[in-house]
Amino acid sequence: MSMNAFITGAYDTAVGELPGSSCMALHAEAALGAVADAGLQPSDIDGVLCAYSFTEPHLMLASVFCEYLGIHPGTCLAIQAGGASACIMVMQAAALVASGQCNHVLVVTGDNRLTGLSRDGAVAALAEVGHPQFERPFGISVPASYGLVARRYMHEYGVSREQLAAIAVEHRRHAARHPKAHKREPITIADVLASKPIAEPLHLLDCCLISDGGAALVVSSRAAARDASSRPIEILGAGQGHTHEHIVAAPSLVDFGCKASSRTAFARAGIRPAEIDVAEIYDSFTITLAVELESIGFFERGEAGQAAARGELGLGGRLPCNTHGGLMSYAHSGAAGGMFHAVEAVHQLRGDAGARQVPDARLAFVHGDGGILSAHCSLVLGAH
Amino acid sequence: MTRPLPKPTPETRPFWDGCAQGELRYQQCADCGAVQLIPRALCERCHGSSLAWKVSARQGRLLSYTVVHRAPVPAFKADVPYVIAIVHMDEGFRLMTQVKDGARQALRVDQPVRIAFAAVGGAALPQAEVLP
Repeated sequence: MSMNAFITGAYDTAVGELPGSSCMALHAEAALGAVADAGLQPSDIDGVLCAYSFTEPHLMLASVFCEYLGIHPGTCLAIQAGGASACIMVMQAAALVASGQCNHVLVVTGDNRLTGLSRDGAVAALAEVGHPQFERPFGISVPASYGLVARRYMHEYGVSREQLAAIAVEHRRHAARHPKAHKREPITIADVLASKPIAEPLHLLDCCLISDGGAALVVSSRAAARDASSRPIEILGAGQGHTHEHIVAAPSLVDFGCKASSRTAFARAGIRPAEIDVAEIYDSFTITLAVELESIGFFERGEAGQAAARGELGLGGRLPCNTHGGLMSYAHSGAAGGMFHAVEAVHQLRGDAGARQVPDARLAFVHGDGGILSAHCSLVLGAH
Repeated sequence: MTRPLPKPTPETRPFWDGCAQGELRYQQCADCGAVQLIPRALCERCHGSSLAWKVSARQGRLLSYTVVHRAPVPAFKADVPYVIAIVHMDEGFRLMTQVKDGARQALRVDQPVRIAFAAVGGAALPQAEVLP
């Protein structure tokens, strides 16, 4: 089946510590880069979707961005779904072009979360997602919430810290092949285990980075994609799953919306998980990826960490996953963090991923998770 | 910087008033029997509005817990390491608490706990105590 929507442009900025960068400048660079990559002009863009910012927060971020860039699209709105934002923006852009409301929709994200906020500031801002009366008075943070998931998940499925650590190690190996990655120096399982505890069982190297950076895509209708000079990537399927916002209200600590979102996306695409050549899946923490890989059906319950230790998530493995290094080693810049996964999938399907290219990659799976495994969106993309 | 404390709303005030009186209260739907901890205007299961306040026996088990070493805001820096738990109560609802002296004990998943109350900055916060 087809979603009648195509990714025609993709771009990501430098990432890491970018002194002098700003949220809007990162948006602008990513946006113009994606439009140029598509071989289009800014005036061809008739829809703009933005997400959210910590350093320049605003009630109407998409309007702020369009004003900054001096463009006046016919459709303009912001979408806020935490780490699921990027995939949800792509899914919404696909709906806009497939329904004929737009020809070319720009989806753009970016934040200078590291230099604009400080690490303490970012941690504090993120902690505000906790429930103000029933979580935050107890000292909750995002890592602590995922620590709660990790402890229960490890208990139910017999997962060890070493197995989760193998996931972080493979991400760093991937990042070493990406010239732009924020963290490229190799790490070992022992390094992960010995890194300082954050919210046990999660230690520092189980956690994502805090980075500056931006990324954007252009999503075009089937007819409008012919205007683009790039090789279009087809959006074959998309789906979402939502079960809660606050972890204290989650119906389960082991079953989350990624199951429903991926099932819907695969069904729409008419694809089975085993057919996927490369996966780019939200990895805010090692446990996040383990839960998602196992819930989505790429691995049996409790086996993702062991598979990582065997190299199955590596280049040449059964399921090359997060070939850019993911949020744990490539970069995490707020909503752009999830967009980096989507941009990397485009690189892989175009065959221009260089040293990290999965040979003959035809089908990619991209997944975003917002909140505490609260909001999920899955995409199936195909080389056209 | 002071610790974030609950600011009761009309929906949640009976819960926090209960804490101040040493009672752990929860809502139960008179129509379908569902229980819920975070108070609201309707039943999350059947959307009925006939909600009754019940008093918990304050016995439960550790659904999960985490030892926090990195404080989310400066107000918690003096407290690290501390333990946050999600407690599954015998009545069927869940709540988040800290575990009293949690970082000094060997905890385990599904360990029985009872809920008491800790005085924090003028508020009474539910707190889990490990049962032998």
